[in-house]
Amino acid sequence: MVPFSYSRATDAQTAAGKARSAASSHVGAPVQFMGGGTTLLDLMKLSVMQPDALIDITPLERRYAGITTSHDGLRIGALARMTDVAESPVIFKNYPVLSQSLLLAASQQLRNMARVGGNALQRTRCTYFRDTTYDQCNKRNPGSGCAAMDGYNREHAVLGTSDDCIATYPGDWAQALIALDANVELMGQNGPRTVPFADLHRVPGNTPHIETNLAPGELITAFVIPGPPSPRSVYTKIRDRDSYQFGLATAAVALRLQGDTVTQARIAIGGVATKPWRAAAAEQFLQGKTLDEAAATQAGKIAFAGARPREHNAYKVPLGQATVTRALLQAKQLDVQV
Amino acid sequence: MKTPDIDRRRFLALGTLASAAAGAKAGAQTSSAPPPAPAGPAATQVPLVLTINGTDQHVTVDVRTTLLDTLRDHLALVGSKKGCDHGQCGACTVHLDGRATLACLTLAIAAQDAKIVTIEGLANGTELHPMQAAFVDNDAFQCGYCTPGQIMSAVACVNSRHTSSEGEIREFMSGNLCRCAAYPNIVAAIKQVAA
Repeated sequence: MVPFSYSRATDAQTAAGKARSAASSHVGAPVQFMGGGTTLLDLMKLSVMQPDALIDITPLERRYAGITTSHDGLRIGALARMTDVAESPVIFKNYPVLSQSLLLAASQQLRNMARVGGNALQRTRCTYFRDTTYDQCNKRNPGSGCAAMDGYNREHAVLGTSDDCIATYPGDWAQALIALDANVELMGQNGPRTVPFADLHRVPGNTPHIETNLAPGELITAFVIPGPPSPRSVYTKIRDRDSYQFGLATAAVALRLQGDTVTQARIAIGGVATKPWRAAAAEQFLQGKTLDEAAATQAGKIAFAGARPREHNAYKVPLGQATVTRALLQAKQLDVQV
Repeated sequence: MKTPDIDRRRFLALGTLASAAAGAKAGAQTSSAPPPAPAGPAATQVPLVLTINGTDQHVTVDVRTTLLDTLRDHLALVGSKKGCDHGQCGACTVHLDGRATLACLTLAIAAQDAKIVTIEGLANGTELHPMQAAFVDNDAFQCGYCTPGQIMSAVACVNSRHTSSEGEIREFMSGNLCRCAAYPNIVAAIKQVAA
């Protein structure tokens, strides 16, 4: 690691003011906020990220780590640890998709360390991004090209890609958030604002080194899930091994049913896209339909209608379709007291 | 045969400290670290106070030093192991405020508020912690390199009551890799302590 200065945040707005550029959204930003540090220190050791200043935001957890419910819905502080959110009784019971997305991610040590705000900003596992011996990476070295395009792209994205980047968004928690229409509360140099979580991440386009729409210095302070609980919800994750592995194809599903008829279907898919991905067309298809295997299969196909596979990742299309189908049928079968 | 008055562990620990001191005298010219970014700050040494196994330890390290390197290279606590140094293998697992934590992805400077427990802090004098004894009883290791991390996670597994089934134990322990594949015996050791 190159030398850096270390300071501890005392309040969110002051911390935001210290950032000279969009700390969390730009891979190359010289000032970085550190929560659990599990992605940041890893990438610093790899020389992928070389900030000259770290601002430790964990002292802010006294204010921004609570989990509360109210008539507005569920509020989760961004500095809450993955473990504590996953094992929160109210989330485990009323928002199983949130709990499962966290418990199926990482290891217990990493879940103890990582905070849910930083987890949502987790950076891609693309080999060509993480290994600096490859010169070509538009995310790490803007304008240099993309070695993954014609490289070993088995784990890369088929949705939301561009000619400049096909790196997969690696997280799970973000899919659960986007499926539940979460809002994200931000604190910046000019005070707080709230945006839909769906607007936080950017598709790579021709600027893959800019990953989010966070303004310079902006910190995520909370996630808010509006509306009533979503007990009929699941997170399904398909991966090379059954634990402690990133997803090849995942689906977050939240349903409201009247009998077998879909009154609301919310679907997000992961492991296959460049950002947390909402499958809106599949949701619309299911609206008002009887949810059976045929309808769930069709919804899976619709979710991948725009897929653009490369040489080694074409398998992700049928795998992803089947993952959506399975998640829908699992959610239908849940024994939910409404 | 004469019994040596110094054991292997203590001999290695003394060597660690001696080489650390020699490294400090040799200075930066011999370091293989990459050159600092032109506009960035210079390397900075910071005095830290870390609460480790119930004792306040005073140590001065470079800001960049991980908790793992601080334990091993500066405090002669070499039980915690460096496997991957990227949070993937679990060999460096210690407890911070009772939570299993990866020392390789924790900056020492950020761990000053926590109560740190390492593998050296488990035994009561010469009396093994029940989990250490269970690992011996169940032959839960071969080469032993991952064992300190395995035991720290195993203690956390029992303390947080994730022991309802073998499946739950295996899932909880999945962040600790064992090259020798002692997994079935590790699960047996945890079941023994949880019973």
